[in-house]
Amino acid sequence: MTTPEAPADAYLDHAATTPMSRAALEAYVAEAGRAGNASSLHSAGRAARRAVEESRESVAASLGARPSEVIFTAGGTESDNLAVKGIFWGRRRSDPRRTRVLVSAVEHHAVLDPAFWLAGHAGAEIVLLPVDGDGRVDLAALRAELTEHGDEVALVSVMWANNEVGTVQPVRDVVRLAHQHGVPVHTDAVQAVGQVEVDFAASGVDAMTVTAHKLGGPLGVGALLARRDLPIEAVLHGGGQERGVRSGTLDVPAIRSFAVALAETVAARPERAPALAALRDKLVAGVRAVDPEAVLRGPDPSSDDGAAARLPANAHFTFPGAEGDSLLYLLDSAGVQASTGSACQAGVPQPSHVLLAMGVPEVEARGALRFSLGATSTAADVDRLVAALPQVVERARAAGLVSAPGGAA
Amino acid sequence: MRVLAAMSGGVDSAVAAALAVEAGHDVVGVHMALSRNRDQFRTGSRGCCSIEDAGDARRAADVLGIPYYVWDLSERFEETVVADFLAEYEAGRTPNPCVRCNEHIKFEALLDKATALGFDAVATGHYAQVVTREGADGTVVRELHRSPNDEKDQSYVLAVMGPDRLARAMFPLGGFASKAEVRAEAERRGLSVSAKPDSYDICFVADGDTRGFLRDRLGSRPGEVVDTDGAVVGEHDGAYAFTVGQRKGLGLGRPAADGRARYVVDVQVSTNTVVVGPAELLSVDRIETHKAVWLAAPQEHAEGAWLDDVEVQVRAHGAPVPARVRAATAADGTPAIDVELTGRPLRGVAAGQSLVVYRGTRVLGQGTVARAWRG
Repeated sequence: MTTPEAPADAYLDHAATTPMSRAALEAYVAEAGRAGNASSLHSAGRAARRAVEESRESVAASLGARPSEVIFTAGGTESDNLAVKGIFWGRRRSDPRRTRVLVSAVEHHAVLDPAFWLAGHAGAEIVLLPVDGDGRVDLAALRAELTEHGDEVALVSVMWANNEVGTVQPVRDVVRLAHQHGVPVHTDAVQAVGQVEVDFAASGVDAMTVTAHKLGGPLGVGALLARRDLPIEAVLHGGGQERGVRSGTLDVPAIRSFAVALAETVAARPERAPALAALRDKLVAGVRAVDPEAVLRGPDPSSDDGAAARLPANAHFTFPGAEGDSLLYLLDSAGVQASTGSACQAGVPQPSHVLLAMGVPEVEARGALRFSLGATSTAADVDRLVAALPQVVERARAAGLVSAPGGAA
Repeated sequence: MRVLAAMSGGVDSAVAAALAVEAGHDVVGVHMALSRNRDQFRTGSRGCCSIEDAGDARRAADVLGIPYYVWDLSERFEETVVADFLAEYEAGRTPNPCVRCNEHIKFEALLDKATALGFDAVATGHYAQVVTREGADGTVVRELHRSPNDEKDQSYVLAVMGPDRLARAMFPLGGFASKAEVRAEAERRGLSVSAKPDSYDICFVADGDTRGFLRDRLGSRPGEVVDTDGAVVGEHDGAYAFTVGQRKGLGLGRPAADGRARYVVDVQVSTNTVVVGPAELLSVDRIETHKAVWLAAPQEHAEGAWLDDVEVQVRAHGAPVPARVRAATAADGTPAIDVELTGRPLRGVAAGQSLVVYRGTRVLGQGTVARAWRG
């Protein structure tokens, strides 16, 4: 129960979505008050077009890309679908043998599901690249696959950083291997932007997904950055906007607000990322102190190479004997908002495919909890979690004893 | 109190949750996911287990302004309710899966998890009343009673829970005399499920075809249908799919010599034989049960002492009949209830059915039918 004295909830779920920054909100509201279709030729249309192009230049500058490489979309899922399907179709058109799609086993469903859809509907063969115990993609497996089938591969898609366990992938190594075989690389950088340095040109990737609402921007807008020489077919057909790759009237307020939030978050990163990492380390230490049995999943930031191998704002634990949904409920009622980190189907918690791919047994994967920090996070949020956690874990374990399959009657 | 409202997505449980909220309780809605593969469950508006139902439950929780969670109890459901359903049919008995679900899922898996998480009670949309009164020694006695709504009364399927579980159960619809009133309450609160049709069938039998479900899961086992003299009168795909008292679907080519209707009078799984005979062979007035659970206080059912002036009911929507009963111990060592019918006999009482003992509207106890005969 919330009492008048109770502080606001501790929001530890920034990887799900972030609050909009003040500047982004102001930009959105200002633009939303104007009429204008960016495809119209009259003055209102020209003003809208100008706002879009300025935003495009800003997004490109923030991410080390050229403006012509920025395709605005309705967000991460659309960008991933456009990349996977569009590159697959584009590559296959020039060479019908290129039917293989290589994706890491820990990709977001917005990459995995279009890939498997292509397998079911367009003759694609999906190769799931295995990961190690920390969730890092197996480069030897990628190399072997490319060596054996390089001339049949349409594309490789490996995320910049994982949304559940925060593992930063060796994207440059992936690019180097793939390009040796002339294979383009897509990366989903939705979680990475604002937390680690993301430079589209320097990374060498051919296409990259970003979204606004994970970095202080509005919901429902994002971009696919795509090199101009990358063959890519449209998924949405219509008025021919965004170089014919993504038709649809441009959402000017959302695009403007996205550009503002992105510029802000990229500028803040050099200072904010170390601060979030320090806060995250405090959170990890606090959780471990409360429950020594809790297992940190993903790279350990206190190890030699761990700090760079993990997103600074991510912490992810499994709590043996407890179920994620029990932990979630108990934390929520204690005013702490977190996530199990895995996708829900009709609200039914499924063991995370990411954890399973990392070799975590299903029974342990059930007890997963992700904490993700952001621009508005404070030490008080972490204190609140650590204070609530002892009773939460104890109760969730008691519930786990009685509710596990085959559990005590 | 902290109350967990089990929300199926139907109108009854939504109104039950609303009433719990309005009674001032701290309520959290939980939808039980009973199958990971939703396709194998019935879909559409009649179910309690489809994706639409989970969405309806979520929407109702939103309207009530309460937190909402989905708990995955699919493995427990499969290994208790579905497994019991199959094993009982395979053994030639006739299970009631709704009774087993209340016993193992709603008032065990769900209730125990809720208790562990700090909830004081689980509220459901069942039609039954809990009446509290002061006992002889000053303690509070909780009694389970029939709903005033005869048509919807669900005390029969709830009787399986013992007193300590009843103490943590809450049936906010207990006082409602009609479903129309419940629908009106739903509409008054803007709950969109107010006009949703009732569910009737077994939720995990997708198309209502129980025999087909059993054949899929247990396999085809062809055998003979014989009459009471042992003469073969037909064939079947598996004796397990037949129930004592069944008349339809026997697939007998020829009518009986005397032209009278024939019923299943025995299911012999050891020889995979179904025995058919005339209706009078189905009449019984003695019933032995096992795995009995008493809701009445121990001093009310001392072993061996007959309780007169009670009624027993053997089907969810069957009529109760006058009887006398006594507590006993079954051959398998579990508590038993022995039954002698004192009015008219019952027809077609099958092993495996749940027998509930009532005095007036009050549930005294429940047992599982072991055998029934003409005394």
